[in-house]
Amino acid sequence: MKRDIPLIITFLTGFLCVIAFFIPHPPFGDLQQRFLVWYAIVAGFTMILGLDSLVKYNVKKITQHKPGWQYSYVLLFGLALVLVTGFQSWFKYNTPFELRSSFMYSYIHIIVPLQATMFALLAFFISSSAYRAFRARTFEATLLLIAAAIVMLGRVPIGEMISDKIPLRSDWLLNVPQLAAKRGIQVGVYLGGVVMSLRIILGIERTYLT
Amino acid sequence: MGIFDRLANLDRRLIFLVIGLAVAVPIILKIKMPIRISSEVRSAYETIENLPEGSVVLASMDYDATSAPELTPMFRSFLRQCFRNKLKVVYTGHLAIGMPLAQFDLDAVTEECGAVYGVDYINLGYRPGFTAVMIGIGREIRDFFAVDYKGVPVDSFPMMKDIHNYSDIALIVDFAHGQTAEYWIQYVVSRFGVKMFACVTGVMAPTLYTYLQSGQITGIIGGLQGAAEYEVLVGQPESAAFGMPAQSIAHLFILAFIVFGNIGFFITRRKK
Repeated sequence: MKRDIPLIITFLTGFLCVIAFFIPHPPFGDLQQRFLVWYAIVAGFTMILGLDSLVKYNVKKITQHKPGWQYSYVLLFGLALVLVTGFQSWFKYNTPFELRSSFMYSYIHIIVPLQATMFALLAFFISSSAYRAFRARTFEATLLLIAAAIVMLGRVPIGEMISDKIPLRSDWLLNVPQLAAKRGIQVGVYLGGVVMSLRIILGIERTYLT
Repeated sequence: MGIFDRLANLDRRLIFLVIGLAVAVPIILKIKMPIRISSEVRSAYETIENLPEGSVVLASMDYDATSAPELTPMFRSFLRQCFRNKLKVVYTGHLAIGMPLAQFDLDAVTEECGAVYGVDYINLGYRPGFTAVMIGIGREIRDFFAVDYKGVPVDSFPMMKDIHNYSDIALIVDFAHGQTAEYWIQYVVSRFGVKMFACVTGVMAPTLYTYLQSGQITGIIGGLQGAAEYEVLVGQPESAAFGMPAQSIAHLFILAFIVFGNIGFFITRRKK
Protein backbone atom coordinates (compact mmCIF):
# COMPACT_ATOMS: atom_id res chain seq x y z
CA MET A 1 0.00 0.00 0.00
CA LYS A 2 2.82 2.35 0.96
CA ARG A 3 4.25 1.83 -2.52
CA ASP A 4 1.04 1.48 -4.50
CA ILE A 5 -0.58 4.81 -3.55
CA PRO A 6 2.35 6.97 -4.79
CA LEU A 7 2.47 4.88 -7.98
CA ILE A 8 -1.26 5.42 -8.59
CA ILE A 9 -0.93 9.18 -7.91
CA THR A 10 2.03 9.39 -10.30
CA PHE A 11 0.18 7.45 -13.01
CA LEU A 12 -3.01 9.51 -12.74
CA THR A 13 -1.34 12.94 -12.64
CA GLY A 14 1.21 12.07 -15.33
CA PHE A 15 -1.42 10.59 -17.62
CA LEU A 16 -3.76 13.53 -17.04
CA CYS A 17 -1.02 16.08 -17.85
CA VAL A 18 -0.31 14.26 -21.12
CA ILE A 19 -4.02 14.31 -22.05
CA ALA A 20 -4.38 17.97 -20.99
CA PHE A 21 -1.50 18.88 -23.31
CA PHE A 22 -3.50 17.66 -26.32
CA ILE A 23 -7.03 18.34 -24.98
CA PRO A 24 -6.85 21.45 -22.77
CA HIS A 25 -10.66 21.62 -22.49
CA PRO A 26 -12.79 20.71 -19.43
CA PRO A 27 -12.44 18.58 -17.44
CA PHE A 28 -8.76 17.87 -18.32
CA GLY A 29 -7.54 21.48 -18.43
CA ASP A 30 -9.25 22.37 -15.14
CA LEU A 31 -7.89 19.30 -13.41
CA GLN A 32 -4.39 19.96 -14.68
CA GLN A 33 -4.58 23.54 -13.43
CA ARG A 34 -5.66 22.29 -10.02
CA PHE A 35 -2.73 19.86 -9.92
CA LEU A 36 -0.33 22.64 -10.91
CA VAL A 37 -1.58 24.83 -8.05
CA TRP A 38 -1.17 21.90 -5.65
CA TYR A 39 2.33 21.36 -6.97
CA ALA A 40 3.18 25.02 -6.26
CA ILE A 41 1.84 24.67 -2.71
CA VAL A 42 3.83 21.48 -2.11
CA ALA A 43 6.93 23.22 -3.56
CA GLY A 44 6.43 25.99 -0.98
CA PHE A 45 6.42 23.45 1.83
CA THR A 46 9.62 21.84 0.55
CA MET A 47 11.35 25.07 1.57
CA ILE A 48 10.35 24.44 5.18
CA LEU A 49 11.70 20.92 4.77
CA GLY A 50 14.96 22.34 3.44
CA LEU A 51 15.16 24.82 6.30
CA ASP A 52 14.58 22.06 8.82
CA SER A 53 17.25 19.88 7.24
CA LEU A 54 19.77 22.76 7.06
CA VAL A 55 19.29 23.72 10.73
CA LYS A 56 19.45 20.11 11.95
CA TYR A 57 22.61 19.40 9.94
CA ASN A 58 24.43 22.48 11.21
CA VAL A 59 23.33 22.06 14.84
CA LYS A 60 24.61 18.47 14.68
CA LYS A 61 27.87 19.70 13.16
CA ILE A 62 28.34 22.16 16.04
CA THR A 63 27.44 19.72 18.81
CA GLN A 64 29.73 17.01 17.39
CA HIS A 65 32.56 19.47 16.61
CA LYS A 66 32.90 18.18 13.06
CA PRO A 67 35.56 19.87 10.82
CA GLY A 68 34.54 23.46 10.09
CA TRP A 69 31.89 23.51 12.85
CA GLN A 70 32.68 27.18 13.57
CA TYR A 71 31.26 28.17 10.16
CA SER A 72 27.94 26.62 11.10
CA TYR A 73 27.56 29.37 13.71
CA VAL A 74 27.98 31.95 10.94
CA LEU A 75 25.38 30.15 8.83
CA LEU A 76 22.84 29.92 11.67
CA PHE A 77 23.44 33.55 12.59
CA GLY A 78 22.91 34.59 8.96
CA LEU A 79 19.74 32.52 8.76
CA ALA A 80 18.38 34.09 11.96
CA LEU A 81 19.32 37.58 10.76
CA VAL A 82 17.46 37.17 7.46
CA LEU A 83 14.39 35.73 9.22
CA VAL A 84 14.32 38.48 11.86
CA THR A 85 14.84 41.35 9.41
CA GLY A 86 12.37 39.77 6.96
CA PHE A 87 9.57 39.50 9.52
CA GLN A 88 10.36 42.90 11.06
CA SER A 89 10.16 44.53 7.61
CA TRP A 90 6.99 42.68 6.80
CA PHE A 91 5.26 43.92 9.94
CA LYS A 92 6.52 47.47 9.47
CA TYR A 93 6.07 47.97 5.71
CA ASN A 94 3.76 45.10 4.72
CA THR A 95 6.59 43.76 2.55
CA PRO A 96 10.25 42.91 3.12
CA PHE A 97 11.09 44.48 -0.27
CA GLU A 98 10.60 48.07 0.83
CA LEU A 99 13.92 49.83 0.12
CA ARG A 100 14.06 51.46 3.59
CA SER A 101 13.48 48.15 5.37
CA SER A 102 16.07 46.34 7.48
CA PHE A 103 15.69 43.27 5.24
CA MET A 104 16.61 45.21 2.10
CA TYR A 105 19.46 46.88 4.00
CA SER A 106 20.95 43.52 4.98
CA TYR A 107 20.24 42.14 1.51
CA ILE A 108 21.95 44.99 -0.35
CA HIS A 109 24.85 45.44 2.07
CA ILE A 110 25.59 41.85 3.08
CA ILE A 111 24.06 39.22 0.78
CA VAL A 112 24.69 40.99 -2.53
CA PRO A 113 28.38 41.83 -1.87
CA LEU A 114 29.04 38.33 -0.49
CA GLN A 115 27.47 36.61 -3.50
CA ALA A 116 29.16 38.98 -5.95
CA THR A 117 32.57 38.51 -4.31
CA MET A 118 32.33 34.72 -4.34
CA PHE A 119 31.44 34.74 -8.02
CA ALA A 120 34.00 37.40 -8.95
CA LEU A 121 36.77 35.20 -7.52
CA LEU A 122 35.94 32.72 -10.28
CA ALA A 123 37.54 35.04 -12.83
CA PHE A 124 40.93 34.49 -11.20
CA PHE A 125 40.55 30.74 -10.83
CA ILE A 126 39.26 30.35 -14.39
CA SER A 127 42.25 32.31 -15.72
CA SER A 128 44.68 30.17 -13.76
CA SER A 129 43.03 26.89 -14.74
CA ALA A 130 42.72 27.95 -18.42
CA TYR A 131 46.48 28.59 -18.42
CA ARG A 132 47.13 25.10 -17.00
CA ALA A 133 44.47 23.14 -18.90
CA PHE A 134 44.71 24.61 -22.42
CA ARG A 135 47.81 22.75 -23.56
CA ALA A 136 47.94 21.58 -27.17
CA ARG A 137 48.83 18.01 -26.21
CA THR A 138 46.70 16.34 -28.89
CA PHE A 139 45.01 17.33 -32.17
CA GLU A 140 41.60 17.57 -30.44
CA ALA A 141 43.06 19.72 -27.65
CA THR A 142 44.63 22.00 -30.27
CA LEU A 143 41.28 22.39 -32.05
CA LEU A 144 39.62 23.25 -28.74
CA LEU A 145 42.36 25.74 -27.96
CA ILE A 146 42.02 27.51 -31.32
CA ALA A 147 38.20 27.60 -31.09
CA ALA A 148 38.36 28.97 -27.53
CA ALA A 149 40.83 31.68 -28.56
CA ILE A 150 38.63 32.79 -31.49
CA VAL A 151 35.45 32.86 -29.36
CA MET A 152 37.20 34.67 -26.49
CA LEU A 153 38.43 37.36 -28.85
CA GLY A 154 35.31 37.43 -30.98
CA ARG A 155 33.03 38.11 -28.02
CA VAL A 156 34.86 41.28 -26.93
CA PRO A 157 35.45 44.58 -28.78
CA ILE A 158 39.21 44.09 -28.93
CA GLY A 159 38.67 41.12 -31.27
CA GLU A 160 37.18 43.38 -33.91
CA MET A 161 39.95 45.92 -33.34
CA ILE A 162 42.51 43.22 -34.17
CA SER A 163 40.61 41.96 -37.24
CA ASP A 164 37.00 42.41 -38.31
CA LYS A 165 37.00 38.75 -39.35
CA ILE A 166 37.41 37.46 -35.75
CA PRO A 167 33.80 38.21 -34.62
CA LEU A 168 32.52 36.59 -37.84
CA ARG A 169 34.58 33.46 -37.22
CA SER A 170 33.40 33.43 -33.60
CA ASP A 171 29.74 33.66 -34.74
CA TRP A 172 30.35 30.83 -37.21
CA LEU A 173 31.85 28.62 -34.48
CA LEU A 174 28.87 29.28 -32.22
CA ASN A 175 26.28 28.81 -34.95
CA VAL A 176 27.65 25.83 -36.86
CA PRO A 177 29.97 23.31 -35.17
CA GLN A 178 28.89 24.19 -31.63
CA LEU A 179 25.22 23.85 -32.51
CA ALA A 180 25.68 20.68 -34.53
CA ALA A 181 27.23 18.94 -31.54
CA LYS A 182 24.79 20.45 -29.09
CA ARG A 183 21.73 19.50 -31.16
CA GLY A 184 22.88 15.91 -31.34
CA ILE A 185 23.36 15.79 -27.59
CA GLN A 186 20.05 17.58 -26.94
CA VAL A 187 18.04 15.25 -29.17
CA GLY A 188 19.55 12.27 -27.32
CA VAL A 189 18.93 13.82 -23.91
CA TYR A 190 15.32 14.72 -24.62
CA LEU A 191 14.52 11.34 -26.17
CA GLY A 192 15.97 9.84 -22.99
CA GLY A 193 13.78 12.25 -21.00
CA VAL A 194 10.63 11.09 -22.80
CA VAL A 195 11.51 7.46 -22.20
CA MET A 196 12.27 8.09 -18.52
CA SER A 197 9.00 10.04 -18.10
CA LEU A 198 7.03 7.17 -19.60
CA ARG A 199 8.82 4.69 -17.35
CA ILE A 200 7.96 6.80 -14.29
CA ILE A 201 4.30 7.33 -15.32
CA LEU A 202 3.84 3.62 -16.02
CA GLY A 203 5.47 2.66 -12.73
CA ILE A 204 8.41 0.81 -14.31
CA GLU A 205 10.97 3.25 -12.91
CA ARG A 206 10.53 3.39 -9.12
CA THR A 207 13.85 4.65 -7.83
CA TYR A 208 12.27 8.03 -6.94
CA LEU A 209 10.28 6.24 -4.25
CA THR A 210 13.35 5.16 -2.29
CA MET B 1 64.67 25.96 -13.59
CA GLY B 2 65.05 27.43 -17.09
CA ILE B 3 62.97 30.21 -18.57
CA PHE B 4 60.77 27.75 -20.53
CA ASP B 5 60.13 25.64 -17.43
CA ARG B 6 59.03 28.81 -15.70
CA LEU B 7 56.78 29.73 -18.62
CA ALA B 8 55.13 26.34 -18.42
CA ASN B 9 54.68 26.53 -14.65
CA LEU B 10 53.86 30.14 -13.79
CA ASP B 11 52.99 30.88 -10.19
CA ARG B 12 49.21 31.25 -10.03
CA ARG B 13 49.58 34.33 -7.80
CA LEU B 14 51.26 36.08 -10.74
CA ILE B 15 48.28 35.18 -12.94
CA PHE B 16 45.89 36.51 -10.27
CA LEU B 17 47.84 39.77 -10.03
CA VAL B 18 47.96 40.32 -13.81
CA ILE B 19 44.24 39.53 -14.24
CA GLY B 20 43.40 41.84 -11.33
CA LEU B 21 45.36 44.66 -12.97
CA ALA B 22 43.95 43.86 -16.43
CA VAL B 23 40.46 44.36 -15.04
CA ALA B 24 41.18 47.32 -12.76
CA VAL B 25 43.35 49.51 -15.02
CA PRO B 26 40.87 49.93 -17.93
CA ILE B 27 38.14 50.76 -15.42
CA ILE B 28 40.30 53.32 -13.62
CA LEU B 29 41.53 54.88 -16.88
CA LYS B 30 37.97 54.82 -18.30
CA ILE B 31 39.14 53.34 -21.60
CA LYS B 32 36.45 53.23 -24.30
CA MET B 33 36.07 50.71 -27.11
CA PRO B 34 33.64 50.52 -30.03
CA ILE B 35 30.76 48.09 -29.50
CA ARG B 36 29.75 45.95 -32.49
CA ILE B 37 26.03 45.12 -32.53
CA SER B 38 25.41 41.45 -33.18
CA SER B 39 22.37 40.18 -35.08
CA GLU B 40 20.91 38.30 -32.08
CA VAL B 41 20.95 41.42 -29.87
CA ARG B 42 19.57 43.65 -32.62
CA SER B 43 16.82 41.12 -33.22
CA ALA B 44 15.91 41.14 -29.49
CA TYR B 45 15.88 44.94 -29.50
CA GLU B 46 13.68 45.05 -32.59
CA THR B 47 11.22 42.56 -31.09
CA ILE B 48 10.35 45.18 -28.47
CA GLU B 49 10.47 48.05 -30.95
CA ASN B 50 7.90 46.28 -33.15
CA LEU B 51 5.36 45.75 -30.36
CA PRO B 52 2.30 48.00 -30.54
CA GLU B 53 1.85 50.60 -27.79
CA GLY B 54 0.14 49.17 -24.69
CA SER B 55 1.34 45.60 -25.29
CA VAL B 56 2.08 43.54 -22.21
CA VAL B 57 5.58 42.16 -21.66
CA LEU B 58 6.21 39.50 -19.02
CA ALA B 59 9.67 39.82 -17.49
CA SER B 60 10.96 36.86 -15.51
CA MET B 61 13.75 37.66 -13.12
CA ASP B 62 15.73 34.48 -12.64
CA TYR B 63 19.12 35.64 -11.41
CA ASP B 64 20.80 36.85 -8.25
CA ALA B 65 23.81 38.96 -7.29
CA THR B 66 26.29 36.44 -8.72
CA SER B 67 25.23 37.44 -12.23
CA ALA B 68 24.12 41.00 -11.57
CA PRO B 69 27.03 42.70 -13.43
CA GLU B 70 25.91 40.98 -16.64
CA LEU B 71 22.14 40.93 -16.19
CA THR B 72 21.37 44.16 -14.34
CA PRO B 73 22.41 46.37 -17.31
CA MET B 74 20.16 44.27 -19.56
CA PHE B 75 17.22 44.59 -17.18
CA ARG B 76 17.65 48.34 -16.82
CA SER B 77 17.93 48.85 -20.59
CA PHE B 78 14.92 46.60 -21.12
CA LEU B 79 12.80 48.65 -18.71
CA ARG B 80 13.89 51.90 -20.37
CA GLN B 81 13.00 50.57 -23.82
CA CYS B 82 9.62 49.27 -22.62
CA PHE B 83 8.62 52.48 -20.85
CA ARG B 84 9.86 54.60 -23.77
CA ASN B 85 7.62 52.56 -26.11
CA LYS B 86 4.69 52.76 -23.65
CA LEU B 87 4.57 49.01 -23.04
CA LYS B 88 3.21 47.42 -19.85
CA VAL B 89 5.64 45.32 -17.83
CA VAL B 90 4.48 42.41 -15.66
CA TYR B 91 7.36 41.25 -13.57
CA THR B 92 7.84 37.98 -11.70
CA GLY B 93 10.64 35.52 -10.96
CA HIS B 94 11.58 32.00 -10.04
CA LEU B 95 14.58 32.70 -7.87
CA ALA B 96 13.55 34.02 -4.46
CA ILE B 97 16.99 35.38 -3.62
CA GLY B 98 17.13 37.47 -6.80
CA MET B 99 13.78 39.22 -6.46
CA PRO B 100 14.87 42.03 -4.10
CA LEU B 101 17.80 42.82 -6.37
CA ALA B 102 15.52 43.28 -9.35
CA GLN B 103 13.16 45.35 -7.21
CA PHE B 104 16.06 47.68 -6.47
CA ASP B 105 16.66 48.25 -10.21
CA LEU B 106 12.96 48.46 -10.94
CA ASP B 107 12.56 51.27 -8.39
CA ALA B 108 15.52 53.18 -9.86
CA VAL B 109 14.42 52.94 -13.52
CA THR B 110 10.70 53.50 -12.96
CA GLU B 111 11.51 56.68 -11.06
CA GLU B 112 13.79 57.84 -13.90
CA CYS B 113 11.14 57.03 -16.57
CA GLY B 114 8.16 58.28 -14.59
CA ALA B 115 6.41 54.89 -14.81
CA VAL B 116 3.46 54.40 -12.46
CA TYR B 117 3.02 51.23 -10.42
CA GLY B 118 -0.11 49.31 -11.32
CA VAL B 119 -0.58 51.33 -14.50
CA ASP B 120 2.68 50.84 -16.42
CA TYR B 121 4.20 47.97 -14.49
CA ILE B 122 3.48 45.51 -11.73
CA ASN B 123 5.62 43.27 -9.56
CA LEU B 124 3.87 39.96 -8.95
CA GLY B 125 6.67 38.65 -6.77
CA TYR B 126 7.95 35.12 -6.37
CA ARG B 127 5.92 31.93 -6.24
CA PRO B 128 7.39 28.48 -5.69
CA GLY B 129 6.62 25.81 -8.25
CA PHE B 130 8.81 26.87 -11.14
CA THR B 131 7.54 25.00 -14.24
CA ALA B 132 4.09 24.52 -12.66
CA VAL B 133 3.76 28.30 -12.38
CA MET B 134 4.98 28.76 -15.97
CA ILE B 135 2.38 26.33 -17.35
CA GLY B 136 -0.37 27.47 -14.99
CA ILE B 137 -0.19 31.08 -16.18
CA GLY B 138 -1.28 29.71 -19.55
CA ARG B 139 -4.76 29.21 -18.15
CA GLU B 140 -5.17 31.97 -15.55
CA ILE B 141 -2.47 34.13 -13.98
CA ARG B 142 -4.63 34.75 -10.89
CA ASP B 143 -4.49 31.08 -9.93
CA PHE B 144 -0.87 31.72 -8.93
CA PHE B 145 -0.68 35.48 -8.53
CA ALA B 146 -3.89 36.62 -6.90
CA VAL B 147 -1.93 39.36 -5.10
CA ASP B 148 1.17 41.39 -5.98
CA TYR B 149 4.46 41.32 -4.05
CA LYS B 150 2.97 43.54 -1.32
CA GLY B 151 -0.12 41.38 -0.94
CA VAL B 152 -2.43 43.80 -2.79
CA PRO B 153 -5.05 42.01 -4.95
CA VAL B 154 -3.97 42.21 -8.60
CA ASP B 155 -7.53 43.03 -9.67
CA SER B 156 -7.22 46.38 -7.93
CA PHE B 157 -4.63 47.49 -10.53
CA PRO B 158 -5.94 48.92 -13.81
CA MET B 159 -3.27 47.28 -15.99
CA MET B 160 -4.18 43.79 -14.76
CA LYS B 161 -7.84 44.13 -15.78
CA ASP B 162 -7.33 42.47 -19.17
CA ILE B 163 -4.40 40.21 -18.36
CA HIS B 164 -5.43 36.61 -17.72
CA ASN B 165 -3.08 34.29 -19.57
CA TYR B 166 -0.49 34.12 -22.35
CA SER B 167 -3.06 35.24 -24.93
CA ASP B 168 -2.84 38.67 -23.29
CA ILE B 169 0.95 38.71 -23.16
CA ALA B 170 2.79 39.85 -26.29
CA LEU B 171 6.30 38.92 -25.23
CA ILE B 172 8.22 37.06 -22.54
CA VAL B 173 11.71 38.19 -21.63
CA ASP B 174 13.70 35.96 -19.31
CA PHE B 175 16.67 37.31 -17.40
CA ALA B 176 18.42 34.14 -16.35
CA HIS B 177 21.72 32.84 -15.09
CA GLY B 178 20.59 29.23 -15.09
CA GLN B 179 18.46 26.98 -17.21
CA THR B 180 15.20 28.89 -16.68
CA ALA B 181 15.30 30.33 -20.19
CA GLU B 182 15.25 26.81 -21.62
CA TYR B 183 12.27 25.92 -19.42
CA TRP B 184 10.39 28.99 -20.59
CA ILE B 185 11.02 27.93 -24.19
CA GLN B 186 10.16 24.27 -23.66
CA TYR B 187 7.12 24.67 -21.42
CA VAL B 188 5.65 27.99 -22.56
CA VAL B 189 6.88 29.14 -25.97
CA SER B 190 6.40 25.78 -27.69
CA ARG B 191 3.07 25.12 -25.97
CA PHE B 192 1.37 28.53 -25.95
CA GLY B 193 3.13 30.15 -28.90
CA VAL B 194 4.21 33.32 -27.09
CA LYS B 195 7.11 35.36 -28.48
CA MET B 196 10.22 35.33 -26.32
CA PHE B 197 13.81 36.44 -26.15
CA ALA B 198 16.38 35.64 -23.51
CA CYS B 199 18.81 37.79 -21.58
CA VAL B 200 21.37 35.41 -20.14
CA THR B 201 24.91 35.21 -18.81
CA GLY B 202 27.80 34.62 -21.20
CA VAL B 203 28.08 31.03 -19.97
CA MET B 204 24.44 30.24 -20.74
CA ALA B 205 24.18 32.02 -24.10
CA PRO B 206 25.66 29.23 -26.31
CA THR B 207 23.03 26.78 -25.02
CA LEU B 208 20.26 28.93 -26.50
CA TYR B 209 21.53 29.31 -30.06
CA THR B 210 19.60 26.16 -31.09
CA TYR B 211 16.34 27.85 -30.12
CA LEU B 212 17.33 31.04 -31.94
CA GLN B 213 18.10 29.15 -35.15
CA SER B 214 14.84 27.20 -34.95
CA GLY B 215 12.92 30.46 -34.52
CA GLN B 216 11.57 29.59 -31.08
CA ILE B 217 13.12 32.74 -29.63
CA THR B 218 13.56 36.04 -31.39
CA GLY B 219 16.89 37.04 -29.89
CA ILE B 220 19.62 36.45 -27.32
CA ILE B 221 21.32 39.08 -25.23
CA GLY B 222 24.26 37.17 -23.84
CA GLY B 223 26.89 38.17 -21.32
CA LEU B 224 28.44 41.55 -20.69
CA GLN B 225 29.04 41.97 -24.43
CA GLY B 226 25.35 41.47 -25.18
CA ALA B 227 24.43 43.85 -22.36
CA ALA B 228 26.79 46.49 -23.75
CA GLU B 229 25.31 46.10 -27.26
CA TYR B 230 21.78 46.41 -25.86
CA GLU B 231 22.73 49.52 -23.85
CA VAL B 232 24.11 51.11 -27.02
CA LEU B 233 20.93 50.25 -28.97
CA VAL B 234 18.70 51.67 -26.24
CA GLY B 235 20.89 54.78 -26.31
CA GLN B 236 22.05 54.84 -22.72
CA PRO B 237 25.47 53.12 -22.41
CA GLU B 238 26.23 52.44 -18.74
CA SER B 239 28.03 49.80 -16.69
CA ALA B 240 28.13 47.07 -19.37
CA ALA B 241 29.60 49.29 -22.11
CA PHE B 242 31.93 50.72 -19.48
CA GLY B 243 33.04 47.20 -18.43
CA MET B 244 33.77 45.82 -21.90
CA PRO B 245 37.31 47.26 -22.22
CA ALA B 246 38.21 45.55 -18.92
CA GLN B 247 36.81 42.25 -20.19
CA SER B 248 38.64 42.70 -23.52
CA ILE B 249 42.01 43.29 -21.86
CA ALA B 250 41.44 40.41 -19.42
CA HIS B 251 40.64 38.03 -22.32
CA LEU B 252 43.78 39.20 -24.10
CA PHE B 253 45.93 38.48 -21.06
CA ILE B 254 44.36 35.06 -20.51
CA LEU B 255 45.16 34.20 -24.13
CA ALA B 256 48.70 35.49 -23.67
CA PHE B 257 49.11 33.24 -20.63
CA ILE B 258 47.81 30.26 -22.61
CA VAL B 259 50.25 30.98 -25.46
CA PHE B 260 53.20 31.37 -23.05
CA GLY B 261 52.19 28.17 -21.28
CA ASN B 262 52.12 26.27 -24.56
CA ILE B 263 55.49 27.65 -25.70
CA GLY B 264 57.05 26.59 -22.41
CA PHE B 265 55.29 23.22 -22.54
CA PHE B 266 56.49 22.38 -26.08
CA ILE B 267 60.07 23.49 -25.61
CA THR B 268 60.51 21.66 -22.31
CA ARG B 269 58.87 18.54 -23.78
CA ARG B 270 61.22 18.63 -26.79
CA LYS B 271 64.24 18.95 -24.48
CA LYS B 272 63.14 15.88 -22.51
